[in-house]
Amino acid sequence: MSATIFKHEFISRLKSVIIWSASMVILLLIFFSIYPSFSSEAALLNEMLAKFPPQLLEAFGMTHIDLSSILGFFAFLFTFIQLCLAIQAGNYGVGLVSVEETDLTADFLMSKPVSRLQVMNSKLFAAVCSLLVTDLIVWASAFISINMFRSGHTFDAGRLMLILASLFLFQLFFLSVGLVISLLVKRVRSVTPYGLSLAFAAYIINGFSGIFGDVKLEYITPFKHFDPSYIAQNGALNTPLVLLNVAVSVIALVVSYWLYLHRDIPAVS
Amino acid sequence: MSVIEVNKLTKYYGKSRGIVDVSFGVEEGEIFGFIGPNGAGKSTTIRLLLSLIHPTSGSAKVFGKDVTTHGPEIRRDIGYLPSEVYYYEGMKVKDLLKYSASFYQCDCAQRIKDLSDLMELEMNRRITDLSYGNKKKVGIVQGLLHSPKLLFLDEPTAGLDPLMQRKFFDLIREENKRGVTVFFSSHILGEVQRLCSRVGIIREGKIAEISDIRTLQQNNYKKVHVEAPGLDPAAFNLPGVTNIQAEDSTVHFFFKGDINVVMQKISSIQVSDVIIEEPTLEEIFMHYYE
Repeated sequence: MSATIFKHEFISRLKSVIIWSASMVILLLIFFSIYPSFSSEAALLNEMLAKFPPQLLEAFGMTHIDLSSILGFFAFLFTFIQLCLAIQAGNYGVGLVSVEETDLTADFLMSKPVSRLQVMNSKLFAAVCSLLVTDLIVWASAFISINMFRSGHTFDAGRLMLILASLFLFQLFFLSVGLVISLLVKRVRSVTPYGLSLAFAAYIINGFSGIFGDVKLEYITPFKHFDPSYIAQNGALNTPLVLLNVAVSVIALVVSYWLYLHRDIPAVS
Repeated sequence: MSVIEVNKLTKYYGKSRGIVDVSFGVEEGEIFGFIGPNGAGKSTTIRLLLSLIHPTSGSAKVFGKDVTTHGPEIRRDIGYLPSEVYYYEGMKVKDLLKYSASFYQCDCAQRIKDLSDLMELEMNRRITDLSYGNKKKVGIVQGLLHSPKLLFLDEPTAGLDPLMQRKFFDLIREENKRGVTVFFSSHILGEVQRLCSRVGIIREGKIAEISDIRTLQQNNYKKVHVEAPGLDPAAFNLPGVTNIQAEDSTVHFFFKGDINVVMQKISSIQVSDVIIEEPTLEEIFMHYYE
């Protein structure tokens, strides 16, 4: 670890963390502000949802959702929060070390008396802290917005916390997979396309997983690993899928370290 | 003591050549010139020594330590000025220099001030707003602020105006007087000639020659100009004479060998002017590329 690099990394990402967190806070507040009127008509709405083709509901992850309950409503909304934060984590992962090469600052950093291992450790730790800050803000604002708009309905706080806590592992997946992708491609020209496609690919695979029936695509997407409606219903994580998720993240990280330690920093011209 | 020892260092980028079997040494306190055209492998060599890239085979030691295993330790005493300088665009000059200094265990504030005063650097401007030459100045201050014992300069003068170049050379000479070893890579021979005591010539990834800059000039060719009315260039068709060129009544050629042979020939002619001089490094250099 190098405190110098950590500080520089964390501060340079601070603006992005604030923007992402603020957007999530606004999203949560706006979404929950419609909950009171929503819940009073919920019986009607559930009836209507039952008439939709099941494949469509499956694609949007709405088969097991009871929109009248707070957690059901929250789980539905939470998928969008997940999508946004997947983009954020994916961006941080893809940009983690590649940004030094895109901005041509790798020469500056690497000619300093720090080892590759220190650089990677510090950068990774800074990114994880940035994600944690975002998560903390999302956690707090989820509780606040639910309590502001729950209009007398009750909910299981334990299950809510489990859904919220799963966010961290969820983001870690996109961080580490983004990182390993950035080290596998020859040169990352721009971070955002990679982060966006990674997050949307995972999201769409989750949507399709119900349609294809036998093909178990859901095993490869964190949206399934941490399906909020599953947690809301069962009050527990889907342990095998979560373990699979963690295993993929760990492997991606190990491969990333190996690639980075052996990497030739490309010359500027 | 050797500060840099390079032993059969080879680097291939996939199939394309970086450098092949490069061996040389740089002694403490000298200014070693490393010359060659673009793409010859100068930057590759420097990047290997900084362990920015990993060698395909061979080894290199800096301060007696292997570069692949002791990189961070070695880099503590190295200053590096790359040929193209790029820094974190949003940062201010002073913040970048502070960030750079924070990697070293030194209180560099005074030195940063001295250096940036000398290079007339504006500390409060953002890197984005700087011209190429000004970025280069940031690079110079950045490379020197921790008082390194070894300096890698990779084509350092590009983008500096002549006045700044002179200041820069003075600065390098001063550092050298304090005992700093300098590894100076360039394709501009004039500046190598002005600054360096020894040169290595690299060509297509291989070392073509390493020698003292004086022996390089003396042991090789003499440049001879003879001016005489109605002179026949064929008169100088002697062994050791190359590159004969006639121009009005003047004949120019290069000569290598016993100078008396030429002197006798000249004395037999009624000449109006004779110049015998050391060829410039540039001209010697061209010889290595023929």
